[in-house]
Amino acid sequence: MKRSLKELFREWDADRFDLSVSGSVPQKERPSPLPPERYDVIPELEETIMRRFHRVVPVLTFLLGLTLSLFLIMTVLELPAFGSSDSPVFNEVFTRYVQDGTEETGAVNTVAGVILDYRAFDTLGETHVLYTALVAVLILLLGFEKTDPGIRTPGYEVIRQDPVLTTCAKLVIPCVVIYGLYIICNGHLGPGGGFCGGTVIGSALILAALAFGFDSVERFVNYRTIRVVLVIALCFYSLSKGYSFFCGANGIESGIRPGTPGRIFSAGLILPLNAAVGVVVSCTMYSLYSVFRRGRL
Amino acid sequence: MMERIWDERIQIVAVILFTIGFCTLLVHKNLLKKIIGLNIMDTASYLLLTSMGYVEGRLAPIIRGGNTDPSAYVNPLPAGLVLTGIVVSVSVTALLLALTIRLYRHYHSLDLDKIYELAAKEDQNER
Repeated sequence: MKRSLKELFREWDADRFDLSVSGSVPQKERPSPLPPERYDVIPELEETIMRRFHRVVPVLTFLLGLTLSLFLIMTVLELPAFGSSDSPVFNEVFTRYVQDGTEETGAVNTVAGVILDYRAFDTLGETHVLYTALVAVLILLLGFEKTDPGIRTPGYEVIRQDPVLTTCAKLVIPCVVIYGLYIICNGHLGPGGGFCGGTVIGSALILAALAFGFDSVERFVNYRTIRVVLVIALCFYSLSKGYSFFCGANGIESGIRPGTPGRIFSAGLILPLNAAVGVVVSCTMYSLYSVFRRGRL
Repeated sequence: MMERIWDERIQIVAVILFTIGFCTLLVHKNLLKKIIGLNIMDTASYLLLTSMGYVEGRLAPIIRGGNTDPSAYVNPLPAGLVLTGIVVSVSVTALLLALTIRLYRHYHSLDLDKIYELAAKEDQNER
């Protein structure tokens, strides 16, 4: 059954997009060779040559590991000495980043200046790797919660209103969210940035889902909002940094200024890019937890 | 020689961790333990990378008081590379766990040998 792109887009927009039937090749789940009601039965294996060989594998692996580690230790001893400043890592790239980084990017934190200004496309690739991993996990795990009830932890949807857990969560979650926002906004001024701040906010979402159940979190973070927010953040990152690189390469005035180093609204694009990365990371962390926990987003 | 080994102790520990992860990957038949071994190997490579940029007595690369003298700070580049590595490792772990869940749903086992055997039987039955 072939459908036009317009129809597919309408279905996607109306949340009725079913991955398993949308392609031209219909996917069919092969039936399991074991009966579904007997999850505890594991068939005994026959004694084959491969099984006998597997008994020797630990010994062989130990010898292989010993040889490998000896060779690697000899290589490490040939490397430049640990903690010395004359190793080739400290070349002109390092000198340029430390000497001119603050002036050129406006970021006091040189690491943030490197990963979000000089090498911003590297970080864009990282963010897309996270996004792609989330999409792959969704394709692999979505849509099986009805056909296969055997694997899930029983009672996963029952909200146990445990008074200790809910009270502590009410106290802790606002602090965790504010701490995550602080880490994201402080990324160009000190240790921090979008990745660690996003992980902290994602852990706050996971704690909320644990304490109050998925339904209460779904009121503000559900499939639709995650989809929209992820796409907006990734598009914002690509377009703004692409514009900045295009202007910089062609000598056009881009209007993005480094500002006064040390202020919170400085460092040009680094603060918004950190926010975009933080949004992507927090949504990805919560979605991964949700998909692994209950089989859907 | 012993002094040199003591000076390089962090990189040697990284190498030993790498070997432990590699052996875990090879020895165990349980898929979850294989994933754990892969993560140990990742951690060892981060340890090696970050130790390359470290210099005794220098500060973290956060410019304080307008002091832009390069001999006062450690190298910021390995930190950025390790960040990339951590993100990729998290993504790979999530993907591997999802694939493991799919395998477990089909074969009800995490043992790689049993999965191979069941898959071979399945192929014979289909023919």
